[in-house]
Amino acid sequence: MAQKAVLTGTYFMNGDEACCEGALAAGCRFFAAYPITPATEVAERMSERLPGVGGMFIQMEDELASMAAILGASWGGAKAMTSTSGPGFSLMMENISLGLCTETPCVVCNVQRAGPSTGLPTLVGQGDVMQARWGPHGPHEIIAVSPSSPQEMFDFTVWAFNLAEQYRLPVIILADEVVGHMTERVVIPPADQVPVVDRKKPTVPPEEYLPFHPDADGVAPMATAGMGYRMHISGLTHDERGYPAMDEVAQAEMVERIVQKVRKNADTIIDYETFLMDDAEVGIVAYGISVRSAKRAATEARRRGIKAGVVKLNTIWPFPEKMVRDLAGKVRALVMPEINYGQLVLELERCAGGRCPVVLVPHAGGAIIQPDGILEALEAALKETA
Amino acid sequence: MSQTQSGATPHPHDLLLRTDRIPHIWCSGCGIGTVFGCVLTAIQKSGHPLDDVAMVSGIGCTGRMAGYLNLDSFHTTHGRAIPFATGLKLARPQTNVIVASGDGDLFAIGGNHFIHAARRNMDLTVLCVNNFNYGMTGGQVAPSTPFGAKTTTTRIGNYEEPFNFCSLAADCGATYVARWTSLHVRWITESLTEAMQKKGFSFVEILAPCTTNFGKRNRLGGAVDLAKFFHERSVVRNHIDPKEAVLDFNKHLVVGKFVDIERPTYVDNYELINRRELEDWPGSAGKVPGAEELAHG
Repeated sequence: MAQKAVLTGTYFMNGDEACCEGALAAGCRFFAAYPITPATEVAERMSERLPGVGGMFIQMEDELASMAAILGASWGGAKAMTSTSGPGFSLMMENISLGLCTETPCVVCNVQRAGPSTGLPTLVGQGDVMQARWGPHGPHEIIAVSPSSPQEMFDFTVWAFNLAEQYRLPVIILADEVVGHMTERVVIPPADQVPVVDRKKPTVPPEEYLPFHPDADGVAPMATAGMGYRMHISGLTHDERGYPAMDEVAQAEMVERIVQKVRKNADTIIDYETFLMDDAEVGIVAYGISVRSAKRAATEARRRGIKAGVVKLNTIWPFPEKMVRDLAGKVRALVMPEINYGQLVLELERCAGGRCPVVLVPHAGGAIIQPDGILEALEAALKETA
Repeated sequence: MSQTQSGATPHPHDLLLRTDRIPHIWCSGCGIGTVFGCVLTAIQKSGHPLDDVAMVSGIGCTGRMAGYLNLDSFHTTHGRAIPFATGLKLARPQTNVIVASGDGDLFAIGGNHFIHAARRNMDLTVLCVNNFNYGMTGGQVAPSTPFGAKTTTTRIGNYEEPFNFCSLAADCGATYVARWTSLHVRWITESLTEAMQKKGFSFVEILAPCTTNFGKRNRLGGAVDLAKFFHERSVVRNHIDPKEAVLDFNKHLVVGKFVDIERPTYVDNYELINRRELEDWPGSAGKVPGAEELAHG
């Protein structure tokens, strides 16, 4: 039953389904996951679609196994993804760390729900921002993208695969329940217009190949199983040969490599968009579903004579430090709505460095942030700085 | 890598060994080295192209095997070798994947993965070196530790009952199940070769002496005493129900080849179902052999 991998056309589709289609368009041919609301629809659609495009689907026994399986599949040469939500995301941390250590390209889609713990399984939250950053144990850098619409669930999933392949690491799609379950127009471009990046393969003969010797871009070419390179890959600290090396020097070299390949390319990786920011006196910095509330709040503020604008963070990790530093020197205040009790706002404050006040609009979860709440925070912030 | 410094004829295993990583970390008197030698011979005897053989291991003493094998080899996280191997196998089905790990890794932290991989009949060869305790971390109680035995976390004696791994594997649907001690070099090699050639979930358990921890703590003597102990106590009982294959340190350690059956693998059935040729369930029920009728042949 051969099917098209890229379903070119215009659809009325929910975010989870768009994520699945984005993955297939990016070349994903292996998917392993465990059912969890509100990410289940990604797996359900994958189970239907993958056999038709020559791919493998497996529903694993838990999220520990799902994450381990996509790493194995990546080393088997496939582009691989899993999807989950908060409780499952916690279980994946162990092997996301293995993926970071072994520099394994793969994609983890976390459709966030309200926590802690089982929380509100069917309702929205943005509580896994710091878990995405620091959940995997050990020093590392991570890349996380934050879609705000079903269209972006498609586009950002393609992008997440490309980032994973380019920089050889697990990339997180930090979506949320509303974006995952919202049904909107999704345009899937022709296959030849989907930008697809594939991992670099070694060009040297096996006897000269060092699996962890980086090129000038900080990323080492990756051999996979069966190519004849006979590499050893380990979660132990390893040298450029991939051999375990139990010493401080090897540890420093390895950590430098996995950290710097992201830090040195941060300007290329980081992406954000601005809305009404040209003359803005106050900026709302938002991500995920909260961007949509923020845009409404900015429009309403303008009607009331407040020059407000929105910075929409498409990548939240790495955090756009330079942009925020510059912005904090230009506006009178920065406001951040988050469906948690203050996570990314800590980064916003750090990078603003006291150049302007930073105000959090928190929400415990279970619903999106109302534009009115953001508007009140804007007005209060401006009064204080008047 | 396979050349010796003296220019002498290399050992037949050198081709498969990362000789630049030798000496290995295993203690003298440990059974893992012997088992590893059998693995290398079995790989050569299995007839698989070497670039199509990969090893995945978890964490622990046996988990270090992957690091000495000069083939595609993956040393993963504790307990997760089987799901990692599952992904590798499904992404590249032509790879013959050996999972090599210990009793704690495969049956405590990784127990859930083991039973489900066996149920799915994932085409893997799972080698478990059972040394009756957690050797790498200094000798703690494991799901294999005999009742009453001393470990660093059961100082007076183990108050839990151990698993019978072979029985568990068979009950979960493994298509090949065998158990030997590390002294049964020929049988280990033969079983591993058969397991690698078997299409399906194969399980080979090797009872191995741990001189540093388990043996010493339970006053079983040194390397030679332990070898003698395994030699004297083991009895071969091929083709018996693995439930009867008990490990009684005061009487017999029952070894042998217990299961060797045919059953469609995960990939076989994935392809079968996705061809959409079967009628809807439950009408299709009789068309696909179930685990229950096949688990014991």
